Amino acid sequence: MSADLPMPISRAAGAVDASAGRACGSCAVFNVANLEKLGVHTGDSDFVIALAGNPNTGKSTVFNALTGLRQHVGNWPGTTVVRAEGGYRHQGDAYKVIDLPGTYSLLSTSSDEHAACDFLLFGDPDVTVVVVDATRLERNLNLVLQILQITDRVVVALNLMDEAGRHGITIDTRHLSRELGVPVTPMSARRGDGVPDLLEAVAQVAHGRTATKARSTQKLGPAVERAVQTLAGQLTSEFPGLANSRWVALRLLEGDENTERAVRDGSLGDVERQHTARQRAFATQGGSAP
Amino acid sequence: MTLDELPLDGQATVTSLDSSGVERRRLMDLGLLPGIVVRAEMKSPLGDPTAYLVRGSVIVLRRSQAQGIHIERSAGRGR
Ligand SMILES: Nc1nc2c(ncn2[C@@H]2O[C@H](COP(=O)(O)OP(=O)(O)OP(=O)(O)O)[C@@H](O)[C@H]2O)c(=O)[nH]1
Ligand SMILES: [Mg+2]
Repeated sequence: MSADLPMPISRAAGAVDASAGRACGSCAVFNVANLEKLGVHTGDSDFVIALAGNPNTGKSTVFNALTGLRQHVGNWPGTTVVRAEGGYRHQGDAYKVIDLPGTYSLLSTSSDEHAACDFLLFGDPDVTVVVVDATRLERNLNLVLQILQITDRVVVALNLMDEAGRHGITIDTRHLSRELGVPVTPMSARRGDGVPDLLEAVAQVAHGRTATKARSTQKLGPAVERAVQTLAGQLTSEFPGLANSRWVALRLLEGDENTERAVRDGSLGDVERQHTARQRAFATQGGSAP
Repeated sequence: MTLDELPLDGQATVTSLDSSGVERRRLMDLGLLPGIVVRAEMKSPLGDPTAYLVRGSVIVLRRSQAQGIHIERSAGRGR
């Protein structure tokens, strides 16, 4: 939250390719069985899908491939600053997709990242798709593991596989999926590769047909566990319907000032109400290129 | 030795972080944690801030932040 926190400035390899900035809607037309792109006309949706991930991993490119929209895509982090919404229909279900700004963390957010975190924590998406950069897997797994602490309705979209191939990187996706406890689908979103598998994995998780079991990185001692439970209970009675009360409780126990403030001034409840209201209204807005 | 003393193009391994709280958390979320190899990529004219290559991304740190990161020089030069 502090403006002084360090931020990475670019993808290091930085090789700006000629087609950078081209929206997927204009690239190779690919046929995906059962995919009907709904653009911004999402209407009533059966499921809400959040696209999360580190900056510059191809979230907006995936969003465009799913919705047929042309969210701005760029080869530098911070291309998406406000979230965009769009939709698609797959096997009879209507999905609403939220393209979020990139974030490195749920725990130490810069101001740009704050909106993304808020939605992941309190927006209560049915499925969170974490778009990760296959060429920087180690860096990207930090956020994946943090998201797995708050939900196991997750699909990891292992993007930029074409670039990984060029760098001689191969990834054992089945092993990775087993380790993480959620589906991992390799893809090259700019070429449209891997979209059918991603749609299928999302549908499976949305319908609860895939038994996901998020890898836990946090073993709390009994005393801390009791404190978390007590606090989480108090939070839910103060803020009914609050998603991730355990996560909020842990932040309070850590002495996180922003969380303390949000609880004290009641804005934690606002975040929650806002999202509930948004879910109900289901306005057909957003989603156009700036 | 601390990270601010690493010359341009020099490479080192992080051994420990002095900071605490949200600042420490942020550094770790950006990939700066013990055992990780860093490289000084670019220095501004006065050497503050400096850009470092960390886990495939370039991260900019002020000297005061780099002073709190302990390192061990490694032989490697270049990527
Ligand atoms: N080679 C390759 N490039 C890709 C792929 N997917 C996305 N890109 C490129 O990666 C860059 C970033 O894509 P975006 O979709 O803007 O990434 P983002 O995650 O939305 O970025 P932020 O909104 O800034 O966090 C663009 O230059 C894309 O063309 C892919 O599968 N392969
Ligand atoms: Mg984007």
